[in-house]
Amino acid sequence: MSFLIPCPNCGERSVYEFRFGAEVKSRPSAGSPSEDWLRYTYVKQNESGVQKEWWYHRMGCRQWFIAVRNTATNEVLSTSLPEEKPGGTSS
Amino acid sequence: MQLFSHERMWRSHELKSRYDAVIIGAGVHGLATAYYLGKDHGLRDVALLEKSYLGAGNSGRNTAIVRANYRTAEGVAFYDASLKLYEEMSSELGWNVLLNQCGHLTLAHTDSAINGLRVRAETNRFLGVDSRIIGPDEIHKLVPTLDLSRRPRYPILAALYHPPGGIIRHDAVVWGYARACDRMGIEIHPFTEAVGIRMDGQSVSGVVTNRGEISTRVVANCTAGWASKVCQMVRVPLPIVTYPLQACVTEPLKPFLDKVIVSATLHVYVNQTDRGELVIGAEIDPYQSYSMKSTLPTLEQMATYTLELFPQLHGVKVLRQWAGICDMTPDFAPIISGVESLKGFYLDVGWGTYGFKAGPIAGRCLASLIATGETPKLIAPFSLSRFRQDRLVGEKAAAAVSH
Repeated sequence: MSFLIPCPNCGERSVYEFRFGAEVKSRPSAGSPSEDWLRYTYVKQNESGVQKEWWYHRMGCRQWFIAVRNTATNEVLSTSLPEEKPGGTSS
Repeated sequence: MQLFSHERMWRSHELKSRYDAVIIGAGVHGLATAYYLGKDHGLRDVALLEKSYLGAGNSGRNTAIVRANYRTAEGVAFYDASLKLYEEMSSELGWNVLLNQCGHLTLAHTDSAINGLRVRAETNRFLGVDSRIIGPDEIHKLVPTLDLSRRPRYPILAALYHPPGGIIRHDAVVWGYARACDRMGIEIHPFTEAVGIRMDGQSVSGVVTNRGEISTRVVANCTAGWASKVCQMVRVPLPIVTYPLQACVTEPLKPFLDKVIVSATLHVYVNQTDRGELVIGAEIDPYQSYSMKSTLPTLEQMATYTLELFPQLHGVKVLRQWAGICDMTPDFAPIISGVESLKGFYLDVGWGTYGFKAGPIAGRCLASLIATGETPKLIAPFSLSRFRQDRLVGEKAAAAVSH
């Protein structure tokens, strides 16, 4: 089922206007061992349920933002502008 | 005279309290693993747990294409071994899986795509897989209905022709394996969901199901899109993201297409079944999800791109559209291995959009790993530890994904 995402700037738009980034992860500090960086790069919770994730409004305001979405139902519970730039999300 | 067979394909069982091995997920991978545990290694005290009916997951949702024309040496050897097992399957199981090696064409619409196919053709031939580049004249002879006109957008310049590729009846593969497993005494438990896995220190000790608890020292996770959920039960982190992949089938038409046609540029693959229906597959959905509901934009995309190849199909009606959920790894290669931190726990996951065609060989290799403790050479590149060592495989000839 297709769904709508309320962009923090543009309001509700079709999911196809957006690019999905990835689940939100905390980035290791610069001096962390390579094991931490490999875990940060590859390991995913891949939650079946509510997760916090990065989205990009590619056909609108071109802003990266955070959505809280239920990945089992695609229900978007909330969206907000990030406090930091997305690090390491694929685009 | 008895017109209809009353033979049971597999029997129902009460769940026992102990098995030598428990396999979670009774799709083609789980079934093949159980089959080869029984056949090659005489391990028959095995339970297959399936949360729904047999073949409810991706084994019954894929587009039934088999091929071996991958790009990496690891991938080609592995999928070629799987195709050979599919070739022998009907006679081995005494059960017709309707394999039709009608030939498989991957189309190139740009010069760079031709270069990519050339690498694949050379790698394939070097490894003994029948695969070559053909031009528009030969494509036209093989598929006269394909639109080869010199249009500016997406012209068909060449194709990678893979004669042994084709289609198979995927339900028959599931049923055939299930029947063979049942005859060896392996128990198949549909509608039995694993809800927890018991651990005893650093070893697996049992599985909790909705029908009771089982003790066992061996658990294999063969659950495709749900792989992360099962691994969360034992806190084994995976580099997997679950994405839906959609497909559709049209109303039956007179036979007009007897090859599998794939276009990576157009993200579409088409074949005509023996019943005349066109089976059309799409690219994975553009966002992570466990939802198996289909979407209109993807249907429009499948229709648009199919019409680029076969404009004469305009007006053909779609009968059904569906989705399966795919466990995508970052290098488009699977994970088949044990787990260092947990003895007795095995993974056959990360099958993304290419799992069905690999089922037999994945099952045979995993069974060998479980029974002997030795990692077969074919699956050595596909261990979970490669993500800790940063040694990825990079299979760029996987279908249904953008690279």
